Amino acid sequence: MSDQPNTPTSNPSRPPPWNNPAVRSIVYQVIAVVLLGYFAWTILNNTLDNMARRGIRTGFSFLNNESGFGILLSLIEYDESSTYGRTFLVGLLNTLLVSVLGIFFATIFGFLLGIARLSTNWLIAQLASIYVEMIRNIPLLLQIFFWYTAVLQALPGPRDSIQLGDSYFLNNRGFYFPKPIFEDGFGAVLFALLAAIAAAIFIGRWARRRQDRTGARFPVFLTSLGLIVGLPLVVFLLVGAPLSFETAVLERFSFTGGSRVIPELMALLWALTMYTAAFIAEIVRAGIESVSHGQIEAARSLGLRNGPTLRLIVIPQALRVIIPPLTSQYLNLTKNSSLATAIGYPDLVAVFMGTSLNQTGQAVEIVAMTMAVYLTISLSISFLMNWYNRKVALVER
Amino acid sequence: MDSKLAIVLIIVAAIAGYFAGGMGSDKPAEPTATATTPAPKPQADDKKIPDKAKESSNTLAAVKNKGFLSCGVNTGLPGFSAPDSSNKWTGIDVDVCRAVAAAVLGDATKVKYTPLTAKERFTALQSGEIDILSRNTTWTHTRDTSLGLNFAGVNYYDGQGFMVKKALGVKSAKELDGAVMCIQAGTTTELNLADYFRYNNLKYKSVTFDTTDQTREGFEANRCDVLTSDQSQLYGLRTKLNDPDSAIVLPEVISKEPLGPSVRQGDDAWFNVVRWTLSAVINAEELGVTSQNVDQMKSSNNPEIKRLLGVTGDMGAKLGLDGSWALQAIKQVGNYSEIFERNVGSGSPLKISRGLNALWNKGGIMFAPPIR
Amino acid sequence: MSATENGWQPAPDLPPPSSSVGIIGWIRQNLFSSPLNIFLTVVGLYIIYKAGVPILDWVFWSADFSGEDQSACTSGGACWVFVGQRLSFFIYGFYPESEYWRINVLFVLLAVLIIPQMIPAFPHKKWLGWFFLVGFPIVSYVLLLGGSFSLPHVETEKWGGLMLTLVISFVGIVFALPLGTLLALGRRSDMPVIRAICVGFIELWRGVPLISVLFMASVMLPLFLSEGAHFNKLLRALIGIVMFQSAYMAEVVRGGLQAIPKGQYEAAAALGLGYWRSMGLVILPQALKLVIPGIVNTFIALFKDTTLVLIIGLLDILASVQAAITDPAWSAVAAEGYVFTAVAFWIFCFGMSRYSQGLERRLDTGHKKR
Repeated sequence: MSDQPNTPTSNPSRPPPWNNPAVRSIVYQVIAVVLLGYFAWTILNNTLDNMARRGIRTGFSFLNNESGFGILLSLIEYDESSTYGRTFLVGLLNTLLVSVLGIFFATIFGFLLGIARLSTNWLIAQLASIYVEMIRNIPLLLQIFFWYTAVLQALPGPRDSIQLGDSYFLNNRGFYFPKPIFEDGFGAVLFALLAAIAAAIFIGRWARRRQDRTGARFPVFLTSLGLIVGLPLVVFLLVGAPLSFETAVLERFSFTGGSRVIPELMALLWALTMYTAAFIAEIVRAGIESVSHGQIEAARSLGLRNGPTLRLIVIPQALRVIIPPLTSQYLNLTKNSSLATAIGYPDLVAVFMGTSLNQTGQAVEIVAMTMAVYLTISLSISFLMNWYNRKVALVER
Repeated sequence: MDSKLAIVLIIVAAIAGYFAGGMGSDKPAEPTATATTPAPKPQADDKKIPDKAKESSNTLAAVKNKGFLSCGVNTGLPGFSAPDSSNKWTGIDVDVCRAVAAAVLGDATKVKYTPLTAKERFTALQSGEIDILSRNTTWTHTRDTSLGLNFAGVNYYDGQGFMVKKALGVKSAKELDGAVMCIQAGTTTELNLADYFRYNNLKYKSVTFDTTDQTREGFEANRCDVLTSDQSQLYGLRTKLNDPDSAIVLPEVISKEPLGPSVRQGDDAWFNVVRWTLSAVINAEELGVTSQNVDQMKSSNNPEIKRLLGVTGDMGAKLGLDGSWALQAIKQVGNYSEIFERNVGSGSPLKISRGLNALWNKGGIMFAPPIR
Repeated sequence: MSATENGWQPAPDLPPPSSSVGIIGWIRQNLFSSPLNIFLTVVGLYIIYKAGVPILDWVFWSADFSGEDQSACTSGGACWVFVGQRLSFFIYGFYPESEYWRINVLFVLLAVLIIPQMIPAFPHKKWLGWFFLVGFPIVSYVLLLGGSFSLPHVETEKWGGLMLTLVISFVGIVFALPLGTLLALGRRSDMPVIRAICVGFIELWRGVPLISVLFMASVMLPLFLSEGAHFNKLLRALIGIVMFQSAYMAEVVRGGLQAIPKGQYEAAAALGLGYWRSMGLVILPQALKLVIPGIVNTFIALFKDTTLVLIIGLLDILASVQAAITDPAWSAVAAEGYVFTAVAFWIFCFGMSRYSQGLERRLDTGHKKR
């Protein structure tokens, strides 16, 4: 590389520097860096120049200013006197809320659908495939609009709420349910729960080692379940049930108190779940089908029964195919949750890149922050996925 | 090894760089050159126009160059800016743009409308996507000082009110404790509402939508009890309800909302054009000049009318415009009274009375500085 | 013969029991083979009865199909009169009526170019495909925009409806495919800097939601450029979409590149081919062919994503339907509008996904149990 041929006579086979791939490669890379740097610098310069000329305020000090507007749904303490920084957090949490719930429901529904498509029952398989083909081929935004309209029109007003028991109400202002209020001593219950989870993990490891050594099985699942449910419950009763509920009450306009799920969340969650589940179903189907039939036959000939065949042979191999596209569906769902802005669910894009941007006018800072959030989420998920991929990849020789 | 790939990537980057930097470096030279020409008169207050033009943007020259005006309007608000049945934009805000186009280009039809949601509007103006924002936008301190824009005047004095379902039996805004409000995202409405309710110790929940239509639909679908917005909008939205009689507008007005056109900060020449075109149509009403009689009025003896219509003086040249700037605006768009009555007043379905928007000498506060 | 001589002959095969052949057998085997299956079948039938019947009733039996305006819709079902009346708006947007023929010509040309691709035995498909990707965009540009060949100029502000949706998705694919291929090559390059730049670019665009990309392209792009650089709004949205899409395309192509055995690279190098020729003549033809289904799937995703342009104020098919819904002359036609849009999208997307599945089967060399 660096031992440059200044003596062509002594070494006639050595190419001149401009024909040396290594030199050329370095030159091109330097040019690329310079051009990229110039590009970035010009953009930055133009932007700063334009902003200065138009008298647009810059910097992040606005994050400490009072926002002065209300947000429909917030998981943390928030009111009109909170800062824009707080607004950012509220939006971020709302985005995470709908994404996590969506991922949870879409996974369950998607797996069910995927299995239904492989069902031996012709009718069920057909219904599932009609569903998948229908939902997959219609834009999500359209579905979100549709479900929002449908949800709002299907539900009654607050006065004619659908009532389930004494404390659950469903109307077009949302689904109201009792809000748990944790009293002193609830911390002990949480601690018991953590301890139970740790114990369950420990038991799992121990059982596996024991099985490797002696071949004897241990009912890990049942023991763990008993621990995780039982231990906190016992502690809960021991410390005197430190939990009470606050029920929603109908006032002049609407219900107050209690907890509620707003219709925007319902519609968005519903649409995201339905849509993503259709894709997950296809992934699951492809994953299960990808396991070669020979594998199942081999398992059978080893004398494994249906349960262990599925658990030990099919699922581990199917998961290798399923997990990577599944992760990218999760990512898509998270990014798609930004469509919330179309129906007024207060997610990050709606409250921060929407309302806050409008009130402060600091587009560059706010859009950059918003994009950084999505980028962070997506890069960290990609990172996890790559790690997993490396872990499960077949080692080829 | 893959050297050609690198070359191609470099070329792509270079093209991108050209768009970002190269294009800019030669383009602004043009407008600046043309900008200095229209204001040659060595008048006292002229001096700063060419000076300013050199160092700052020059929308006026750019508009003349491209031959049309880019105008940011509402996505659909009856009376202010909405496409009519033949897909032409109409409304009081649209007419401001048309008047400016008539004054600058001599043709009120040379306007390109960009419908904007409340959330997009300031960014669109800041970024240069539009030349003038005329979208029922409230003139406030923050917006004027820190958003990089300047308000050129007021074309409608408004205030925030509430529209409530009649069935709820509410008579005053003070009774709205615990109500759910439908509002449009990114408006002063959101902020006023918070102030008012906090000050009066009332609680509320707000559902924010992107466009006025969505807000109305939310109200109609009973997602909320109250729709709050500028009063002028409330009347307009009420007419669009399936059953307009099912809702009433409460008497309270909780804020001052001076609505007007705004332009980018740091472009004084363009700012002047917009401000004085607006003033010209208001002054025209005061002087009795209408789109019908504007040609006869040219022979009027009234010195104010003579100055307005460019018979005497060089009011147009001082703005960098043709002498007939105001004449064209009035002839093609009309004076303020005509604009008002046609779009929101007696000639429209909204039937809003002049109220605050009457001229200062007729009981209102609409007051334009004199053309002198 | 011989059997009869021996006095013994096998009894003729009995027909299978009537319960295991024919329609009854099929039903027994596929619908009622076990208690669980019986239960599932009943549930399935219930779903069909509960959901399917009212939908069919609304769509067909009690719908109104002919008429002029709202007054024709009285029967309580769908009001298709609305869709019929505003159909030209949904397809052409604000495009001047006298110029509709240009769009129609393009629709026909598009069909003529696409249908042969569906027929495996059609000759010269490759050249038709190249014309589709190179010639067709030029023809469309000239025809749609006008201003030359004595065609009146039609500003892009007037474009709308289905036609705009098609324009956006088509431009998206035509530019994203080469750019994405370049990025994929860059990502697998030997030069660390080039690789880093490409990885950065790809991950950046893939990591952010399209809605924020469009927002940036539509209102913030002019802020990044110096004064006076003026882009048309549609062009800015297209730039955003192409950037976004090329990142996804790059990942699809990368999948194809990774699937090519190392031997192919080595063989190309052994023949003395330079980088560009070995890529263009050996690797890419194989890799791209492998990922055609992936490319089509990405295109389907792009096609559906074009609806997001309504958020930045472009009048695509969904936006034009939404605009028509709020027309005070019609009330409560939202469902009809949305269903129409859904069906329009569904036809395009389902057609493409069938095509991609067919290709996948044709190119499949695996050993699945089928």
